[in-house]
Amino acid sequence: MTTDALSRPLGQPSAFGRLYNGTALPVAVVLAIVVVAWYLGAIWLNAGLVEQRLAQAEKPAGLAEFVHTAWSLDRPVLPAPHQVAIEFYDSVFTRDVTSPRSLVFHAYVTGSATLVGFVFGTLLGVLLAVGIVSWRTLDRSLLPWIITSQTIPILAIAPMIIVVLGNVGLTGLMPKAVISMYLCFFPITIGMVKGLRSPDPLQLDLMRTYSASPSQVFWKLRCPASMAFLFPSLKVAIAISLVGAIVGELPTGAQAGLGARLLTGSYYGQTVQIWSALFMAALLGMALVAAVGVVERLTLRHMGARP
Amino acid sequence: MQTLHAATPMNAEAPQPASQPGNQPVAIDMRDLSLTFETADAPVVALSKVNLQIKAGEFVSLIGPSGCGKTTLMRVMADLERPTGGEITVNGLSPEQARLARAYGYVFQAPALYPWRSVRRNLMLPLEIMGVPREEREARAARYLDMVGLKDFANKFPWQLSGGMQQRVSIARALSFEPKLLLMDEPFGALDEITRDHLNEQLLRLWERTQKTVIFVTHSIPEAVFLSSRVVVMSPRPGRILDVIDCNLPARRTLDARETPEFLAIAHRVRRALRAGHSYDD
Repeated sequence: MTTDALSRPLGQPSAFGRLYNGTALPVAVVLAIVVVAWYLGAIWLNAGLVEQRLAQAEKPAGLAEFVHTAWSLDRPVLPAPHQVAIEFYDSVFTRDVTSPRSLVFHAYVTGSATLVGFVFGTLLGVLLAVGIVSWRTLDRSLLPWIITSQTIPILAIAPMIIVVLGNVGLTGLMPKAVISMYLCFFPITIGMVKGLRSPDPLQLDLMRTYSASPSQVFWKLRCPASMAFLFPSLKVAIAISLVGAIVGELPTGAQAGLGARLLTGSYYGQTVQIWSALFMAALLGMALVAAVGVVERLTLRHMGARP
Repeated sequence: MQTLHAATPMNAEAPQPASQPGNQPVAIDMRDLSLTFETADAPVVALSKVNLQIKAGEFVSLIGPSGCGKTTLMRVMADLERPTGGEITVNGLSPEQARLARAYGYVFQAPALYPWRSVRRNLMLPLEIMGVPREEREARAARYLDMVGLKDFANKFPWQLSGGMQQRVSIARALSFEPKLLLMDEPFGALDEITRDHLNEQLLRLWERTQKTVIFVTHSIPEAVFLSSRVVVMSPRPGRILDVIDCNLPARRTLDARETPEFLAIAHRVRRALRAGHSYDD
């Protein structure tokens, strides 16, 4: 270490120090490794296609041309990262957002089903939790069914939900939202039940000494105590709500939505399109979870949580 | 540290201390009170034939080793446990009726503040539950926070306060709905000795001024003798009363009273009674 580094005041580490101590550097290193592995993987997986292409051209090709071809195929087995990035950029920024060729449009379709399903799932989840905590009978009769409901593979029931709801005239957004709801109420119920039961005996005794009514105990003790448990559940729920909405778009031959985009991509071998839709879905999921996180921070700060 | 009464001019014309309970009505009357917990292996006798009368305005301490049933006895008074035998009345009512009439304030061993409420809103919790109008709630919260010297901490959250401050908030909370009876279960047990001495003196002043009936559970002989008009010595297995010792130390006493011969004599009697209780044990 140089004297320059030693003389630097504490609390102001060098740029390298900040990188080294923070998470930025490890994340960047992992990202670099993934990208390199991806490029190498693209060469390896696309080798067959490249050999065919070069054989058709009937002229000897060097290594450079082989690699270049592997990274610029129209319908590669594994597209190179820059191909996905270009396709992503084109379909997000250069298209009209109402056009079915715009990823923003598809993200909006899937996102709205996700949010509607999430809102319904939250309502259902909270309602079930309140029932389970308030009535012993519900605790015994409902909880086993709630757990069973989650052991059935969603891919198996999704088509049935869509067919049944389609028969009663519900198409488009609603069936997808129902599938989302079916998936996302579960973590909320579990988290809320735990949260509503989290007050310790002392806090409950205190309410008893005031001869508080059951509804006062609920609103002034159980409900605020459950908030710290609710938000982690909401984060899980909104992420699987997105999965539910995408799964809901797969079996219907839906025209719009990220699921539809994935499906058409795989019909026509448009792997670049699949991958960019995949990235859009990941970004959408991250944005939704982050939004819940912001609401969580604001709420808990208002409730006096330690910063 | 500020004192419980520092901010209130009321202390200047404080009424005479309520240490002459001779003609006062009986606040708590227990006759042959027993409580047995049914546990998986064997029944545990927590209280056995407890007889005790406490007059309004008295300061009574329950002292004894761990497991002697002193907390259980207090929880029976508060209708947090049901006795399995004998009779008890609180202000002439059954414990349940007294609880429903909000006759007592209970100070637990831990402050039991709700972490999501500011200090001021913690104080207002019982008032909200009891339907006190908003303006009155605000006024009472301000008055009792002032009384425990925490006026400047009204908008802090519990975690921002020290343990002693938190316990003062919980005492203010118990006072805020102005019950005549104060049940205190080792309220200063978790505090350091200096803070504890300080709060002892403040509590004594408060009792002298308000003439409330105070029942106080403690492990500490000096604390019990210093604060109380009577000390009830209890013994474990089964929980029962060994001795009731009058301690009529002079009114308006300060912590210095703990070095007087009278104080030491009473403390000695309490210690002897406690030891007698232990000689029954293995």
